[in-house]
Amino acid sequence: MLEIRNLCARVEGKEILKGIDLHVKAGEVHAIMGPNGSGKSTLAHILAGKEGYEVTAGEALYEGKNLLEMDPEDRAREGVFLAFQYPVEIAGVSIAAFLKAAVNAGRKHRGQPELDAMEILSMLEDRCKFVEMNKEFLKRNVNDGFSGGEKKRNEILQMAVLEPRLAILDETDSGLDIDALRIVAGGVNKLRRPDRAMVVVTHYQRLLDYIQPDHVHVLQAGRIVKSGGPELAHELEKSGYRWLELEPKGAQSVSVR
Amino acid sequence: MSVAVETKDTRELFISEHARVEDSLAGSRLGWLLRLRKAAIRSFAERGYPTLDEEDWRQTSVAPIARTAFRAAEATKFHGRAGEELEREAAGGLAACRLVFVNGFYAPELSSVPRLPEGGLRVGSLAALLRAGGEVLEPHLAQLADDGRNPFVALNTAFFADGPYVHVPARTALDFPVHLLYVATESAEPAAAFPRALLVTERETKATFIETFVGPPSASYFTNAVSELLVGENAHIEHVKLQREGDAAFHVATLQARQARNSNFVSHSFSLGGLLVRNDLNVVLDGEGIETTLNGLFRCTGRQHIDNHTLLDHAKPHGSSRELYKGILDGASKGVFNGKIIVRKDAQLTDAQQTNMNLLLSDEAYIDTKPQLEIFADDVKCKHGATIGAIDSDALFYLRSRGIPSDTARRMLITAFANEMIGRVPVEPVRERLLELIPQQLLQGR
Ligand SMILES: Nc1ncnc2c1ncn2[C@@H]1O[C@H](COP(=O)(O)OP(=O)(O)OP(=O)(O)O)[C@@H](O)[C@H]1O
Ligand SMILES: [Mg+2]
Repeated sequence: MLEIRNLCARVEGKEILKGIDLHVKAGEVHAIMGPNGSGKSTLAHILAGKEGYEVTAGEALYEGKNLLEMDPEDRAREGVFLAFQYPVEIAGVSIAAFLKAAVNAGRKHRGQPELDAMEILSMLEDRCKFVEMNKEFLKRNVNDGFSGGEKKRNEILQMAVLEPRLAILDETDSGLDIDALRIVAGGVNKLRRPDRAMVVVTHYQRLLDYIQPDHVHVLQAGRIVKSGGPELAHELEKSGYRWLELEPKGAQSVSVR
Repeated sequence: MSVAVETKDTRELFISEHARVEDSLAGSRLGWLLRLRKAAIRSFAERGYPTLDEEDWRQTSVAPIARTAFRAAEATKFHGRAGEELEREAAGGLAACRLVFVNGFYAPELSSVPRLPEGGLRVGSLAALLRAGGEVLEPHLAQLADDGRNPFVALNTAFFADGPYVHVPARTALDFPVHLLYVATESAEPAAAFPRALLVTERETKATFIETFVGPPSASYFTNAVSELLVGENAHIEHVKLQREGDAAFHVATLQARQARNSNFVSHSFSLGGLLVRNDLNVVLDGEGIETTLNGLFRCTGRQHIDNHTLLDHAKPHGSSRELYKGILDGASKGVFNGKIIVRKDAQLTDAQQTNMNLLLSDEAYIDTKPQLEIFADDVKCKHGATIGAIDSDALFYLRSRGIPSDTARRMLITAFANEMIGRVPVEPVRERLLELIPQQLLQGR
């Protein structure tokens, strides 16, 4: 589904990603862990198509297509979804209006008839249950004045509505209390499907207790320095990232098939 | 004596035009009105058009108006495109009480005035009242707006022939808005219309006035409007102005309001049309415990120039004013916001807040924003702020990352910016119309 090969990227002249390799198949859940500033969000943003990043080498293929050449809206309509680490506040646009525009853009793209306001609303109200949201939530302006937990739940709500094939969740667990974490992770688990892949960026093992990953990667200073199974996350939780720095250079850029 | 350059402008033309039409203006045989009109044309003759040297006109050149030889527009039957426009306005659900003025003259055949009970709300045409003697008008007409301060107000006083008169008697609450629709028609030569409105509300009234200005596209014409509004004691009055002149029109208008004690006045000003536009909104808070809210939204594109000058004159203690004007500027347009707040020596415990926010959609668009505070009292709260910015690129990316095309996403963000102002309008059909108009005009500007 997603093949990233030797991806190198710069921000404002500074080299951030230094050769990322990552292969994600349909149905898999990959966790990416790593210290602050290692480039996790940069990778996620580049995959979603955010401007301001200069890709200097490598490629990213999504279902065989060159992802990096597509406009962000086209990526989304083809099934790529990014749950933002820092969701953006948009005053004056309700969640309902926002998701109506998004859903219908996707339907138009797939040659399906657009849904009217009533149809959208009943679909949105149904999806609210995924993240245990009251339907009144839909009337509020996008992320405007939301608590941290509400913002993250709103991201998962959008994922439930848009039904992507590749979901990248950037620290969707950060700043959540245990109840909110349970709700968010529950929502994600309900959305796991054999034809859907997820890349979950997190600092904490605790999320992975809820969302069992198939593969765990450690991103450090712009490189994936170690990959393994779920047990790798436990080791990291116990001993931190420090022990990895002592690993021989040969351990870099491990890709998992 | 200055003779050289100044006489080259059309000032002389307006003076001889005045001599030509003066006897045909409604009320021309009423002594008090004759004196007012004579004084006004004299004031205009002496002063001429404002220049860029004048404090109040520094950011707006009226040279394009001064260069054009306008004739005073005549009463005419109504036809063509403007007819369709009118149909659409009427369809907006504002027909309960609508007075239409074509080129400034009352058009009863287009208006719909409900049957009004004796002693209640009174609406009608100034011309008709003047022809009938005009006694009810004498105490108020041309008593608020200052001919000496603004030469365009003087021009209107000298030339107006008609316009709406509305009187809301004490303790009357209107459950429908009074819609005043001013329509300009196409004419062979550039014409100037001078509608004059007199809106009088007595104590403990509640009313909403809507003044809409529309006109034909690509025609060069001039609307020079003055509206005077008296807000009675403890009255709750809202005023909506929808300026949607044609794209080659000149629009210079003053709304002059005076509030009596404990009254509450909310103004909503939407300026969307016109080539060269100047809106003056002057409010005198002439009593204790007054609340005033000024909401404004202007959007310009192409080579449009829209100037909003507001003046809040806090004359008495315990007054509170809230002002929020927003500008959306595209193309090579220019916007001006000048918000003056005077707090007189008497006006202790005044609480005034002014905000101006601008969204620049192109590199060539330009906004000139300026607060002007003149505070003579010592115990007051006065805050002001202005912002100028482009569309937030993070917000744009967020919308696009959900599949929303970039054009739609931009439009959503611009509409969101405008929504705050639209949402404050108390009349639903007007809100709906604005929600249609704002993105529509933006698409044209793209
Ligand atoms: N717009 C930018 N301009 C300059 N530097 C940037 C920019 N965006 C990111 N960086 C830098 O790139 C590096 C990687 O940032 P990134 O946000 O990808 O880290 P991260 O792994 O997501 O960290 P965290 O765990 O804190 O979210 C950091 O050093 C950051 O300062
Ligand atoms: Mg990050």
